[in-house]
Amino acid sequence: MGNKQTIFTDEQLDAYQDCTFFTRKEILRLHERFYELAPNIVPMDYTDDPDVKLPIQLIINMPELMENPFKERIVQAFSEDGEGNLSFNDFVDMFSVMSEMAPRELKAIYAFKIYDFNTDNFICKSDLEKTLNKLTREELEEEEVTLVCEKVIEEADMDGDGKLAFADFENMISKAPDFLSTFHIRI
Amino acid sequence: MYHDNRKTPWWIGLQSRRGLQEVFVSEGDVVTPNQFLNELPSYQSLVRRKPSSYGTMDSRRSIRNQKHLLSREPSCVESFDSDFNNPLRERPISIQEKRELRTIQTMRFQNATAWGQWKDRSRSVFRKFRDDAAGLVSNLQLWRSNIHSIEGKFGTGIGSYFSFLRFLVLLNFVIFLLMFCFTTLPVAISKQGILNSSQIIPSSVEAECTRYSPVSKGLLYFYNNIIDFLSGTGFLELTYLFYGYYTIDTVTVYIIRYSLPLAYIMVTFAYLLLSIVWIVKRAVEGFKQSLVHDEDRFQSYCNKIFAGWDFCITDQCYAHLKHSSLQYELKTDLAEERIRQRKEKQSRKDTIKIYALRLFLNIIVISILGGCFYAIYLATSYSQEHTSPITQKTDRLSLLIEYLPSIVITIANFITPIIFETIVRYEDYTPAFEIRFTLIRCVFVRLASIAVLLISLWTKITSCSDQSCKPCGYNYKDYPCWESRVGQEMYKLMIFDFLIILAVVIFIEFPRKLLVTYCSWKPAQWWGQQEFEIPANVLEIVYGQTICWIGTFYSPLLPAIATIKYFIIFYIKKKTLMENCRPSTRPFRASSSNFFFQVILLIGLVLACIPVGIGIASIPASKACGPFINYNTSWQIIPATVDSFPEGLRKTIYVIASESFGVPFFLLSWYVLAF
Repeated sequence: MGNKQTIFTDEQLDAYQDCTFFTRKEILRLHERFYELAPNIVPMDYTDDPDVKLPIQLIINMPELMENPFKERIVQAFSEDGEGNLSFNDFVDMFSVMSEMAPRELKAIYAFKIYDFNTDNFICKSDLEKTLNKLTREELEEEEVTLVCEKVIEEADMDGDGKLAFADFENMISKAPDFLSTFHIRI
Repeated sequence: MYHDNRKTPWWIGLQSRRGLQEVFVSEGDVVTPNQFLNELPSYQSLVRRKPSSYGTMDSRRSIRNQKHLLSREPSCVESFDSDFNNPLRERPISIQEKRELRTIQTMRFQNATAWGQWKDRSRSVFRKFRDDAAGLVSNLQLWRSNIHSIEGKFGTGIGSYFSFLRFLVLLNFVIFLLMFCFTTLPVAISKQGILNSSQIIPSSVEAECTRYSPVSKGLLYFYNNIIDFLSGTGFLELTYLFYGYYTIDTVTVYIIRYSLPLAYIMVTFAYLLLSIVWIVKRAVEGFKQSLVHDEDRFQSYCNKIFAGWDFCITDQCYAHLKHSSLQYELKTDLAEERIRQRKEKQSRKDTIKIYALRLFLNIIVISILGGCFYAIYLATSYSQEHTSPITQKTDRLSLLIEYLPSIVITIANFITPIIFETIVRYEDYTPAFEIRFTLIRCVFVRLASIAVLLISLWTKITSCSDQSCKPCGYNYKDYPCWESRVGQEMYKLMIFDFLIILAVVIFIEFPRKLLVTYCSWKPAQWWGQQEFEIPANVLEIVYGQTICWIGTFYSPLLPAIATIKYFIIFYIKKKTLMENCRPSTRPFRASSSNFFFQVILLIGLVLACIPVGIGIASIPASKACGPFINYNTSWQIIPATVDSFPEGLRKTIYVIASESFGVPFFLLSWYVLAF
């Protein structure tokens, strides 16, 4: 308890504890993981908040994300520029939201962003088709894909505009019992 | 525009420049293209439900404005407070913004006084300490890393099976501690002669009922010892393992008189009650989710698309399998949809045909069940007749005869699921209902076979031909100590169950894996690798647990055996899962698994309470052994003890036990438990 580390100041760690769902130890571990992704770019000393971003290619090769069909979208949703380049803050934020302690509402907001491929703030038919193809690795036939997308919109769309706005999505997610246990990355 | 500004400040719901749709339209805001649609009443009513999640604002502007607000309008500060019901970490903004917000918060609420500052500092120290302690405690949790790795490779459904196993180990250990501390320990201490204790002296009992000498009369061959060990007879019969050994009446510690018979029966009720409460508590957690799960039929596609992929998956093979299983699920759903549409167009004649077929098949199922139960009854009767303690045990077949009921039950439990699976295919149900219905039938067979065994035992114990029961109330010639015999049957069932699990793993699953890996023969490849079927495995361990619950009254050390058994089974199942199994293509929902396991366990527990209740209350207690020699039935000690209480206490107890109090109290306790 209380071993001297020089990566963060105590005040920074307190701030991280307030802003995420992680404890001090976990934040230090996350920094270690971030560092391991690119030891020559990521500094060991974060006391002055350096602005170091890692490209998306490094992040999606992490074992936790490697097999996820939505890995690019996840990283893009948490990046500032929308391209997938993550700073350490974004990195921690991503795993904080995806941890098991984050509440349903918060996860729903980011899930909506992830599944919205064209970032128009609606999950439209093309977004659904892309989601489905990523899930089934394009093994369903076209007719089946169209049918399933129609069914999804039928089930969730409440205002009848043929696409899912955030309100529709959140309403649907609140009735999905598996969402909390599946939308969870362990690190 | 729509809200009173004092209640919900205009900048509520900070949202980042990551850009969610702006929802609130308030003064001085950026007007978005979709503003018109967002003002539709239907949309606004949805939005009003959860205002804090939706609002969009340019965050830098909002933070600047907050700082502005703070300096200018102190009256806004109370509305500031209402926003902080939503903790910082739960807001959908980037960490940088959260940190800026946090500095504003601390700036504003910086306690000027030394007391306030000390409070803040101690709060952060306390939080650090609490996190460290929580980390330490969670490291102590049994098998945490094991279950973690299982979940990573096979998903949360199978992981929850292992969590369930861990729960059972814990439950059995607690039950064992209860029984041990209150019954075995006092008896052990008093038999060593440390404390003053009095043996039970049979009073007002016929002499012939008290004859009981269980030591085997045969020569003590090593083989006899093995038989005795495996069937709880011979040298094991008059030990702490069985009811018959507990013949101490009271243990006196200075002035406290500890009544062993009373303790024995109270601790039985205690462990049953503890099990009920614990399981219900765990079940309730999954109950509400399961209620929602039934709404599944209204959005099954959405659930599969948006909550279907388990983000915890790290293993490539399992990911591949998950893709296939999602595909399979979607195709099944589409097929079900087609079936449903076909059924709607079905003619009346077809419907009648289907119902007639179902009736016929159900009659077949019932007759198969009847056949199995009759076989169990016959086996039990035969086994009981040929293993009375008087006969010599030199016959090699004696072990087989001892274990005959267990063998028949196990065979029935193996065959019936296969038969049910075949039959249900012809009954023309939807695939989801097929699975559930087969499962219900299998649960019924498993638990009812124990009931049949017990019923056949009890008919033997209380079967009185020509007045042979008159002196004692039960068949004292064959069963001088019938509780120990019941305990022995439960002991045999438990041992045999464990041996079968071991045997299946060693002799079926491992060879199957070797066959599939090294032999390229067509049928072997078609048979394929073992799938880890969760429902069948859960039934297996619930069956074992039911035996433990029933048997603990008759064999107080049985929970210890159950703890060790489940402990070993955890490692065996984990080994076979990792080595031999591929994950099932029919995915098992994690959300409903917990509730499903607890419900099945609860059914087992309720079923276990019935035989224990009948044994305690209705069948006369043995007069030759055990703590209840001087009572008519085991239950009788309770009214006798209550009668010996002072007048006021006795009256209170009668009132509590009466129906007018009992029923509302019972309902109230359920309500409290559930919420």
